[in-house]
Amino acid sequence: MKQESLTTLQEHWDITYNHALGETGSHFYNALRDEGKILGRRCPACERVLLPPRPFCDRDFVDTTDWVEVGTEGRVEAFTVVFQSFRGLPEAPYCIAYVLLDGADTAVLNYVRGIDWTPGNVPQNIGVGTRVKVAFAEEREGRMTDFWFEKA
Amino acid sequence: MREVAIAGIGQTKYSGLTDQSYPELVRAATKTVLEDAETTIDSVDAVVVSMAPDAIIGVSHGERWIVDACGAAGKPMMRVHTGGATGISAVQVAAYHVASGMYDTVMVVGADRVGESGDAQTILNRIWDPFYERAMPLNTITMLAFQAVRFMEKYGMTEEHMAAVSVKDHKNGCKNPYAHVQKEFTVEDVLGSRMISWPIKLYDSCPSSSGGAAMILTAGENVGRFPHKPAYIRGLGHASETYWMGDRMGPKKEVDHADSPALTQAAYAAYKMAGIQDHRREIQAWELYAPFSNIELHAIQDVGLCEPDETLKLLEDGAFDIDGDRPVNPSGGVLCANPISVTAMVRVAEAALQVQGRAGEHQIDGVKTALATGIGGDHQHFGAVVVGDGR
Ligand SMILES: [Zn+2]
Repeated sequence: MKQESLTTLQEHWDITYNHALGETGSHFYNALRDEGKILGRRCPACERVLLPPRPFCDRDFVDTTDWVEVGTEGRVEAFTVVFQSFRGLPEAPYCIAYVLLDGADTAVLNYVRGIDWTPGNVPQNIGVGTRVKVAFAEEREGRMTDFWFEKA
Repeated sequence: MREVAIAGIGQTKYSGLTDQSYPELVRAATKTVLEDAETTIDSVDAVVVSMAPDAIIGVSHGERWIVDACGAAGKPMMRVHTGGATGISAVQVAAYHVASGMYDTVMVVGADRVGESGDAQTILNRIWDPFYERAMPLNTITMLAFQAVRFMEKYGMTEEHMAAVSVKDHKNGCKNPYAHVQKEFTVEDVLGSRMISWPIKLYDSCPSSSGGAAMILTAGENVGRFPHKPAYIRGLGHASETYWMGDRMGPKKEVDHADSPALTQAAYAAYKMAGIQDHRREIQAWELYAPFSNIELHAIQDVGLCEPDETLKLLEDGAFDIDGDRPVNPSGGVLCANPISVTAMVRVAEAALQVQGRAGEHQIDGVKTALATGIGGDHQHFGAVVVGDGR
């Protein structure tokens, strides 16, 4: 008897959310979009400036109190260059990095643009400690993608 | 607390195939564990389901789909989910069920079909919040490439060290009949494999595996009812890190993303509970959760298998080989099979097989005690279990 072939059934999830950003997230994105400023939140106990901004400090478990505008230059703390494209994610290659912006105490993630990447040229072009500067999009919509990093 | 013994272990062959549905895989794991324990589903008082993100299998609240496949109708059943650590968390919950005296015999079971969607990294990108970090995009590869970069900076790890881990684990995986990848590689093969997310290459990475696994835990006084030499769960530990990877960097960090103090915390809690004084001497086999080669190196030092400045030298000297004096991942580890929902359970199962002397070709001589670990989230949730041959 002929072996019956196993079949599959294709499904696709398409789900829409309208995520509440809350007061902290809303203010951060409004300042980014309207004024081109990157704002962190200071913890009154440990005095760290938290970026991305948070309404409370997880370490001290107290509410944060002040908005602090951080600098537009900083130091790469971690990076990777992605060479493999995945369906539903951006086209490779691209570089993303955690950067400690001047005046912030936690590193923030974003793209590093302006470098043509090959697997062989990665360590020559970026490392832990590389200085980068923030570049802002001209048309900002209140998203993290309103800014990115470039080599300083 | 009552003693908790491992009465049965069941694994299916892990593969890239999607020839069985999710309930069929759970059913296969359940049948295998019952056969191994030479018992029936009637002896199981409660079921713990080991199940990671629903989107991998494509059914929300997926545990309801498998109530019948694991024989849980009419029984207490709960699902445990801590990402990559899910399997070890599920074993811990099952152990608490037994240790508390609430239930005598508990089955922990799960399965995954990671290859089924083909979009696993897109799904795993959704474990980040949509506000600040999802768009970049983070996923489980990029988050651990950041770890590799910081570990290189801090300890001098090279791409060759990563390749050496991969070569070792894949060699071990060839001895494990359940491993998904059963192929040896050379250091040159690994270094020459496709770059995925610098410095992680294709052969530094785990496969997307389908398969199921199950364990039966029972109260210590019941071990005579089951066929195998008993293995006992002697120590348990769990700890978590902050959500924010960017907080694990810079001068004000408390924790470095290169390391995992929470893994250290989990492991040492498990050693203490097990009454272990000198874990390097008293533990003979180490099943450390590591989906990428770089992760095995930090796990080795974070569970205290050696001092941080010794890790790379010991790797070069072969100390972590299956015939070395500190064998790590004799089963081939996660690099040879990663059915996400049960991967960390398989670490405990492999530790138990070593203690019972049932690991077959990858058996290490004279294992009395073994350590299993799991890691989930953005390098965030850590679990450790000590399995021993005595109480
Ligand atoms: Zn604080």
